[in-house]
Amino acid sequence: MAGQEKNGIVIIGAGQAGAQAVMSLRAEGYEGPIRLIGEEAEPPYQRPPLSKKFLAGEIGFDRVELKPAEFYEQSGCELILGTRVTRIEREAHLVHTGDGRAIGYDKLLIATGSRVREINVPGFDLPGVHYLRTVGDVREVQTHFHAGAKLVVVGGGYIGLEVAAVAKKNGMDVTVLETADRVMARVVDPIVSHFYQRIHAEEGVKIRTGETVAGFEGKGKVESVVTGEGEKFPCDFVVVGVGILPNVELAQEAGLHVENGIVVDECTQTSDPDICAAGDCTNHPNGVYGRRLRLESVQNAIEQGKTAAACLTGKAKPYSQVPWFWSDQYDLKLQIAGLSTGYTQAVTRGDPDHARSFAVFYLKDGVLVAVDAVNRAPEFMMARQLIAKHAKLDPARLRDETINMKEIEKA
Amino acid sequence: MAKVTFIEHNGKEHTVEVADGLTLMEGATKNMVPGIDADCGGACACATCMVFVPEEWLAKLPAKEDMEETMLDFCEHSEANSRLSCQIKVTKELDGIRVTMPESQH
Repeated sequence: MAGQEKNGIVIIGAGQAGAQAVMSLRAEGYEGPIRLIGEEAEPPYQRPPLSKKFLAGEIGFDRVELKPAEFYEQSGCELILGTRVTRIEREAHLVHTGDGRAIGYDKLLIATGSRVREINVPGFDLPGVHYLRTVGDVREVQTHFHAGAKLVVVGGGYIGLEVAAVAKKNGMDVTVLETADRVMARVVDPIVSHFYQRIHAEEGVKIRTGETVAGFEGKGKVESVVTGEGEKFPCDFVVVGVGILPNVELAQEAGLHVENGIVVDECTQTSDPDICAAGDCTNHPNGVYGRRLRLESVQNAIEQGKTAAACLTGKAKPYSQVPWFWSDQYDLKLQIAGLSTGYTQAVTRGDPDHARSFAVFYLKDGVLVAVDAVNRAPEFMMARQLIAKHAKLDPARLRDETINMKEIEKA
Repeated sequence: MAKVTFIEHNGKEHTVEVADGLTLMEGATKNMVPGIDADCGGACACATCMVFVPEEWLAKLPAKEDMEETMLDFCEHSEANSRLSCQIKVTKELDGIRVTMPESQH
């Protein structure tokens, strides 16, 4: 409309994807208004350290926040924090907030991320039962952190095991309850699960697999976790890490195409040409694997944030990368490249039964699709390149540690 | 506190002051210096914060740990004078250091 001030770009979600989009928009030369709306009180920060160094108290918030406050001022980005977006009105190009504001946009980025999956068993709301997703969550968990405290972790995934490792290092008595018959069952081969179960046992963490949680009990606060079998695990506090759910409701209610995430194309555009989506909340195509993915990863958030910034300013910067993840537990760095879904053969390099360093390569009909590398940077770094080019590899060579990873492809 | 100059691939220089205890990587990202991605935030997990260090400064840096060494060894654009900036803690001794960034971290 003639004479009307431009509304510019609105970003819903002040996480890693949203913050990256702000940086990339300015780097791309976009000069219009940017408004970044976040539900949490804090300015954008990194989530991965929350269950690692930040939980351990080794670094403070100043080391996890992504940019100092001046950045947003200098970038001409209005930070609207502690504010929940309740509705997107697509035809009017407006987003409505919980405090009754209507904010106009020319282009919109949905970067709403994900939230923890809650367990609704009796006693779930007792004080002392915590999740771990936000800085606020960590601060609450830390109030229970002292040597000798009894912690029960519900869920043996990345978050649960990282929390267990930090708590153990800080002198706590830690038990992990996992429903599946092994830890990290959703993401790694049994070889890797069994390795981590051995390590945690050696460190003194009790891991109980095949245990469901029937409820939490206690007077005024949680005092024990009751399993499906009726066994009671006494505790001073509980951390639940049983997965996350993508925040797709806003998009869904606005009538955007949503199916296991907000459906976007390789440039992060949704079914509305004026709306992009980035990060954990998206279902996006991946050229490396030739299928759609929904990823829970910081790499995906950052890279899609960059792609979205380009898309919102009319440029195409298709996103397609080999996904990677990592987990720090004790002195071990697990680095994962690729997705092992559908693998036909797992090849081990090194000795996971005795050493603290090894790698598992996942092959699908001979082609490398993923690697889990524990304290094995060469395997991880090389695999990232080999997965991208769909390299067909000889299992015997992968197993042979006398062959340098740089030579692994040669016949 | 140390004055650090980051030089973009195109020659553009950014001189910033970095507090002791922060890493070289944080000195760049917190001061809006472009060219250092640091996707993993400093966990030595991704190799997207690589810099090239001139010879006269290399010897003054703390030695590489195994993880950094091997990450760099397998990094596509790395050179003999490459370091991962997230593994370098800034101290007074680094005052005046100049490092160059690669064209791309990917």
